[in-house]
Amino acid sequence: MRSEPVVQVQALVKRYGTKTAVDGLDLVARAGVTAVLGPNGAGKTTTVETCEGYRRPDSGTVRVLGLDPVRQSRELHTRIGVMLQSGGVYSGARADEMLRHVAKLHAHPLDVDALIERLGLGSCGRTTYRRLSGGQQQRLALAMAVVGRPELVFLDEPTAGLDPQARHATWDLIRDLRADGVSVILTTHHMDEAEQLADDVAIIDAGRVIAQGSPEELCKGGAENTLRFTGRPGLDVGSLLKALPADCTAAELTPGSYRVGGKVDPQLLATVTSWCAQHGVMPEKISVERHTLEDVFLELTGKELRS
Amino acid sequence: MTATGTYTPKPGAAPSGRMIAAQAALETKMLLRNGEQLLLTVVIPTLLLVLFSSVDIVDTGAGEAVDFLTPGILALAVMSTAFTGQAIATGFERRYGVLKRLAASPLPRWGLMTAKTASVLVTEILQIVLLTVIAFALGWDPQGNPLAVLLLLILGTAAFSGLGLLMAGTLKAEATLAAANLVFLLLLVGGGVIVPLDKFPSGAQDVLGLLPISALSDGLRDVLQHGAGMPWGDLGILAVWAVVGLAAAGKFFRWE
Repeated sequence: MRSEPVVQVQALVKRYGTKTAVDGLDLVARAGVTAVLGPNGAGKTTTVETCEGYRRPDSGTVRVLGLDPVRQSRELHTRIGVMLQSGGVYSGARADEMLRHVAKLHAHPLDVDALIERLGLGSCGRTTYRRLSGGQQQRLALAMAVVGRPELVFLDEPTAGLDPQARHATWDLIRDLRADGVSVILTTHHMDEAEQLADDVAIIDAGRVIAQGSPEELCKGGAENTLRFTGRPGLDVGSLLKALPADCTAAELTPGSYRVGGKVDPQLLATVTSWCAQHGVMPEKISVERHTLEDVFLELTGKELRS
Repeated sequence: MTATGTYTPKPGAAPSGRMIAAQAALETKMLLRNGEQLLLTVVIPTLLLVLFSSVDIVDTGAGEAVDFLTPGILALAVMSTAFTGQAIATGFERRYGVLKRLAASPLPRWGLMTAKTASVLVTEILQIVLLTVIAFALGWDPQGNPLAVLLLLILGTAAFSGLGLLMAGTLKAEATLAAANLVFLLLLVGGGVIVPLDKFPSGAQDVLGLLPISALSDGLRDVLQHGAGMPWGDLGILAVWAVVGLAAAGKFFRWE
């Protein structure tokens, strides 16, 4: 499934004064869900806001649904949905009032009552926006992004500050959007969110895309995996190492806790367990750890995602 | 997840007229729901009209006090909505990202500005109806050409809107809040609203007479109290303020 790109960014540069927020960024997003992952200050929001037509690139080109976001903003803004990182609602407006208003700006909006029900906004009642909880404000902003039945939605940290229940409700909605053919670009600094939702992940650091691919591709492309087991302390690690393929590592991390690094496949697992059998060792806990996006990110940048 | 078709894309903008009507209705509702705004646009003009018409505090010259005061209070009502109220509301809309969010909606910028103007006009009509009824109850006896009054109100609204939007689009919301209230107070006192301009020293009179509030209250008074024809001088002053204010707002307004 390699459809036309919904977003195409080439050599984008955006500076604020002397600070370069985006530094020659290339990004192609196709139909489906694309997660833009990176630590705070990496340039995620600037990139997304340039795609939404808010910022004029200092250099480089941006095309969204084939349109120039600055010069063709009128057409673009009828076809996309936008969820800002915060705000966007009159402080004195009620949730349903604001959502109905945004619906009225569109020709074929979703059923507002159903959307209110779906996102649990019915409980907001007559409360005005400034008195809603952070989670309610987030869900309202999400509802406003999708109510106009857009082809593409931009969600800037849609689950920041949500409790686990609201977070899963948001994930479910994003999956339904995808199933119905709506493309989604979302920024996040939760790797589990990207792993759960995204067809494609772009990792951004210091204003550039440093890796892009499906979550599986990215994890495979990272360093090799790890096998851990526990047994009695003081096993002969040197003997284990001799039994393993040449490029593997083995170490006793803490007494009785062992780690084998290398290309972990069924053959390696069999090699380790047969070595244990030969040495009369019962491996009590044995686990294979796949690399997460978090590990990949750490390897690529030396930084924590959630910094 | 299986496709249900609920969210199948079907984008499109509503017709411009419907978008603008919806936007104007929402903005008016927000204004009428806001207590501080109501204080400024309804309570203060009403109290001033009733208080100064019934109690002889300020020397308003020959004739009934209400005939002097009503034109000034109508000018104040226009200023409170088009300038003070609009500046504060728009300043906070900018601060809370409302303008930013609406900029990514199908509503074009000119549509948003049209809706804001419509909302200001609707509010002014409500104010003028209320104040006129009260003034009649206090014995007001208006003179003059209604067309001249209408022209003054429209040019006054344009002048104050330009200045209000200029302030809202360039200053921080809190600064706009403080400055808009301060300007309201200063112009209330020094703009011929309840205190006749001839109470000020003659040098000050010349300067104060060029303010939009003075031009509006003086023009309305010439027509409604003295039965003058077209007050061209005051209309000219308001037209200059309107052109300069709206052009500056158009140039310097920042949406975020």
